[in-house]
Amino acid sequence: MQLRISVNDGVPIYQQIVNQVKYLVAAQRLEPGEALPSVRKLAEQLVVNPNTIARAYRELETAGVIVTRRGAGVYVSEGGSPLARGEQTRILNERIDVLLAEARQMNVDLDTLIELIHKRSRRLPATSSTGESS
Amino acid sequence: MSETVIDIRGLTRQFGKKAALHDVSLQVPRGCVFGLVGENGAGKTTLIKHVLGLLRAQVGSVRVFERDPAEDPVGVLSRIGCLSEDRDLPDWMRVDELLQYMRAFYPSWDDRIADELCRRFELDLRQRVGTLSRGQRARAGLVTALAHRPDLLVLDEPSSGLDPVVRRDILGEIVRTVADEGRTVLFSSHLLDEVERVADRVALVHKGRIVVSDSLEQIKSSHRRFTVRFAQPQYSPPQLQGALACTGEGQEWTFLANGGSELLRRTVADHGGTIVDESAPTLEEIFVSHVK
Repeated sequence: MQLRISVNDGVPIYQQIVNQVKYLVAAQRLEPGEALPSVRKLAEQLVVNPNTIARAYRELETAGVIVTRRGAGVYVSEGGSPLARGEQTRILNERIDVLLAEARQMNVDLDTLIELIHKRSRRLPATSSTGESS
Repeated sequence: MSETVIDIRGLTRQFGKKAALHDVSLQVPRGCVFGLVGENGAGKTTLIKHVLGLLRAQVGSVRVFERDPAEDPVGVLSRIGCLSEDRDLPDWMRVDELLQYMRAFYPSWDDRIADELCRRFELDLRQRVGTLSRGQRARAGLVTALAHRPDLLVLDEPSSGLDPVVRRDILGEIVRTVADEGRTVLFSSHLLDEVERVADRVALVHKGRIVVSDSLEQIKSSHRRFTVRFAQPQYSPPQLQGALACTGEGQEWTFLANGGSELLRRTVADHGGTIVDESAPTLEEIFVSHVK
């Protein structure tokens, strides 16, 4: 699991971990049932206080993203939580906002933009299953 | 977890006419990483010397594991591993001799820990201490600080003058130490991003006094950074109640506030300004706002 921590962007470290794990689950780079590193391992890997990691894991568990099995470790929830889908929507909305802002600045109307999205979509390989793209 | 490992109350220290510490009180609970921050000469090292019993409290009291470290150095120091900034190790010894020498002082010395650390740090046991690079010297010091499995690890500016790889090793050992349940770390540093990563609690020492002392989370959440746009350009820093520090020019200024955010919001409106951005400051910004 690749996480990047920055102490300079004002977001508390535990929140950065929560956000990034949610993102990895939403992007299916972490699959349901997959094991996450222990608190101690992740603390050493990121060089962050173990209490901070424990707090991030608690939040992720409350949100239904991960489950901890006593004595057996931490795993991504089976079947994806509704929150993970909410997170997917949130990520897409962010991209859409950027796209809309650019389109408006170029005086491209919404119908033309949607038509463009359809065109681009047809160029992608037809697959409805979960891709490996990230 | 409620047990207090270090308990300092009303500690004042004079060196001649100069007050090095003034009415300092701080408590370090068991299992916590406690970061001491402050400028050079603020009094951090003097404070640490009292914890190690190298200085005796003139006014006030110092208790470590409920004992006075100046009265009972053996009882206290046997449970402490320490690494100081100057790392005064005997230059003429080889690394293996240094480890043999140190293990004699500590009944709880564990050769397996020493061996494992030496391997991880790639220390050459046959090399003389005096010929080690700065980084390897710090690593050798770290081995001697950790091999007796101390209940309390005390590090005085462990990162100063070291490259990022060695700093990461030292921070990694801090993390490993607290991950072992019940062990406690006190460290001083002026690298605030390090403190922000690993500390649970932080005390800011300024001119011999403790200016801020709280959990890192509380310190961070009680301070806010506001960016304000004024209707008219301001030619000198606008004086707003509740603001600790202020930077900017023309119409846009940034303020740092502690607690009194509501007061600041109201005064901003009175000055014809609007808050355009609000965010959490870094520990460094908070630190600077308190000492300036």
